[in-house]
Amino acid sequence: MSKQTITLNVNGKSVAAEAESRELLIHVLREQLEITGPHIGCETSHCGACTVDIDGMSVKSCTVFAVQAQGKEITTIEGLGNPDKLHVLQEKFREHHGLQCGYCTPGMITRAHRLLEENPNPTEEDVRFGIAGNLCRCTGYQNIVKAVLAAAEELKQGENVA
Amino acid sequence: MSATAESVQDRKAALKGLGTSRKRVEDARFTQGKGNYVDDIKLPGMLFGDFVRSQHAHARVKSIDTSKAMELPGVVAVLTAADLEPLNLHWMPTLAGDKQMVLADGKVLFQGQEVAFVVAEDRYIAADAVDLVKVDYEELPVLVDPFKAELSDAPILREDIKDETEGAHGARRHPNHIFTWEQGDQAATEAIMKEAPVVAEEMVYYHRTHPCPMETCGSVASMDKVNGKLTLWGTFQAPHVVRTVASLLSGIAEHNIRVVSPDIGGGFGNKVGVYPGYVCSIVASIVTGVPVKWVEDRMENLSATAFARDYHMNGKIAATEDGKILGLWCHTTADHGAFDACADPTKYPAGFMNICTGSYDIPTAYLAVDGIYTNKAPGGVAYRCSFRVTEAAYFIERMIEVLAIKLNMDAAELRAKNFIRKEQFPYQSALGWEYDSGDYHTAWNKALEAVDYKGLRAEQAQQVNDFKAGKTRKLMGIGLCHFTEIVGAGPVKNCDILGMGMFDSCEIRIHPTGSALARLGTISQGQGHATTFAQILATEIGISADEITIEEGDTDTAPYGLGTYGSRSTPVAGAATAMAGRKIRAKAQMIAAYLLEVHDNDIEWEVDRFVVKGAPERFKTMKEIAFASYNQAIPGVEPGLEAVSYYDPPNMTYPFGAYICVMDIDVDTGVSDVRKFYALDDCGTRINPMIIEGQVHGGLTEALAIAMGQEIAYDELGNVKTGTLMDFFIPTSWETPNYQTDFTETPSPHHPIGAKGVGESPNVGGVPAFSNAINDAFRAFGLTHTNMPHDHWRVWKTANDLGLHG
Repeated sequence: MSKQTITLNVNGKSVAAEAESRELLIHVLREQLEITGPHIGCETSHCGACTVDIDGMSVKSCTVFAVQAQGKEITTIEGLGNPDKLHVLQEKFREHHGLQCGYCTPGMITRAHRLLEENPNPTEEDVRFGIAGNLCRCTGYQNIVKAVLAAAEELKQGENVA
Repeated sequence: MSATAESVQDRKAALKGLGTSRKRVEDARFTQGKGNYVDDIKLPGMLFGDFVRSQHAHARVKSIDTSKAMELPGVVAVLTAADLEPLNLHWMPTLAGDKQMVLADGKVLFQGQEVAFVVAEDRYIAADAVDLVKVDYEELPVLVDPFKAELSDAPILREDIKDETEGAHGARRHPNHIFTWEQGDQAATEAIMKEAPVVAEEMVYYHRTHPCPMETCGSVASMDKVNGKLTLWGTFQAPHVVRTVASLLSGIAEHNIRVVSPDIGGGFGNKVGVYPGYVCSIVASIVTGVPVKWVEDRMENLSATAFARDYHMNGKIAATEDGKILGLWCHTTADHGAFDACADPTKYPAGFMNICTGSYDIPTAYLAVDGIYTNKAPGGVAYRCSFRVTEAAYFIERMIEVLAIKLNMDAAELRAKNFIRKEQFPYQSALGWEYDSGDYHTAWNKALEAVDYKGLRAEQAQQVNDFKAGKTRKLMGIGLCHFTEIVGAGPVKNCDILGMGMFDSCEIRIHPTGSALARLGTISQGQGHATTFAQILATEIGISADEITIEEGDTDTAPYGLGTYGSRSTPVAGAATAMAGRKIRAKAQMIAAYLLEVHDNDIEWEVDRFVVKGAPERFKTMKEIAFASYNQAIPGVEPGLEAVSYYDPPNMTYPFGAYICVMDIDVDTGVSDVRKFYALDDCGTRINPMIIEGQVHGGLTEALAIAMGQEIAYDELGNVKTGTLMDFFIPTSWETPNYQTDFTETPSPHHPIGAKGVGESPNVGGVPAFSNAINDAFRAFGLTHTNMPHDHWRVWKTANDLGLHG
């Protein structure tokens, strides 16, 4: 099957990839661009392990063809923070034990990031509803919810200081 | 002296040892997307494997035509059983003493069974080629109901062993029968069932489900023909066992095989066994000379890798009229699917189902389990439990409730009346176990008080009255559970997997500057071993947990171990860690005595140093000792500071817990809502309370899933009805309640640090608590027992059958 060249903006960098029209974005990210933070958990868009941010929306990257992402701004877990400056959510997930095996974590944090962008003052109910597209088998969500609420609190305080 | 006392406390805190809610060292890489799971492994020239699978549950394979697939550009090989047969790899041994087809050899026995293995340049081409393989099937009658397996018109499934009257676990009475396993005193128990004043009887079905970790199973095999070395990365909960099996099957010498478990995205028992995909990736790499990756998709995971449970448990429980239990009888029909691929220690074909007397002092008991072949996927793994203890706990906790109904007695009171008392430990159970320690009454009373049990019962009674008066359409259920686990297999004399004794191991190296590396025979799948094992060691050797690296999962470097499942890491490898630490300390004591110029007996251990008795100002810290061990010639002492321990536990450990679930149920829709869940766990000495609590939250959510909807269901033709996450229930954050956790602490008397293990307790105890809540809600309307999963439809149906819809 013929391939076409696509250009994506991934984590602030413009990158090119060769993709068949049927190729899923998650496969191009993981296998060509070596972005292995987003994971594959189901390939039917139920689990959310492959969640990335496309042009300011949470998207399950097993649900889009790579060619559909032509020219789009994509943010993955790798783009949220770095070892020298973690994102508040990354810190809070650790602090509140919001992860165990780590497989759902990149998608979960990427989703939580978008949720807090859209709603900086979430209630527990908002968080539980907002991350319900991302499954976790280890934590029972209780500490994930705690971590997201704590991150929201810290981000708010940061804004007040600024 | 207060300054000294303070500094001891400070030094102790600095170690971050036992009892500390230390933050996890694993989290840095996981939160930054830098975990390294099997599908992240990418090697030069790597090919992808994909399976042609059977769409039939039972059929003869008349022919397989791979020619069209081979013509597709990018396809490198298509393997069938005929290709594997010369290598004697078309079948493989299972962990349960049976054998399993790697690729269909003449027939298929379950939907989703592996028929051919396509190897191609990328996963898309492999998937295309799968569609081009033509398999000609002749359909055969299908057996899905284990109770019909021995009827005269039942199809014979396993033609390969149809004439064998002896299996791995004794006599077989029918070609579809695998084994009968009996424990306890049948005659005495059956006599009690005839004579006892009260006998309650129930058929309790624990349905088929699946561990379904977020990461599916997979492997990458790389045969280096130049050096004759095979490297196999994969989702292995027991990498050393995989190495030994791979060596025995392939004929490659064991030192030339390196098995690596990288980060594992959850296991829950799904990743204990050996799957055809692992074998095929190895063979494909040997055949092609380049690395081959195989990673299953979710549908393959749910329909072909190991299921859990599927036990039909017929029970009788006898008691006096005032509720003293006299005896327990159980006959279980175990649906094992097409091959007996249970992950149990060799001598236990039904795992530890004989822990089914639970937390109770039951003087006489009998258990029989019949294993049966059906046209379903093989498995029978311990889904977050220790070898069928979940089935056992569910059985006894339902039977107690059924007995309470028969006696017209409060179920909490009935439990308390029959608990094994504190002073009875170590307790010898009627079915052969020696419970190490427990204090059930204390835990139970704490739980009842915490939820205001009396208040809840009063509220429930009022609600029943209101319901009957037409004032509400809601009912309330109180789900009680007191479970006793049995975890930490060994001992070696009782427990082995494929002949390998179930010990575990730890090897420690102290570096000259006083930091350390410890390697273990276990492998974390999210349990946080790199965090907690360092804590055990920190307390033992006085080096901060932050300065101890824990490594697992690489068989070229880690000492031999039996892996992580059945909550055995803390009871067995945790003990090995403590024992290896004590060897380090013993040598350190000799070095310290030499440096301090006193006799060994004149110094004593204090947190992180040896101190001269009566002269607290004279001491040597572990760091000083470590340095000295490398840079000084010490008479009679070898240089360096290292130790290894292979630990064979004297007994298993018996964690326990008291769980109470309060559920509100809408009678007209069948929708249930967990109002409160209180979970008290006693796992002996607590290593990291934060991680314990996290494990409890996660295990309870798995229990919620199983009890309330999660099921691997088949139709009458053997079609899997629950092959995707649309049909297979995994609770989201929206459906999952908050849990209230609590604890008591009864150390294990035989474990070096008194720890018992906790990871699986919430699954074991959670399922009966949720299920009992549903059952309890309808007790006032005449319900004795209804089977799981309690999804909305089934709960509605229960209400409807009881005439509650008017």
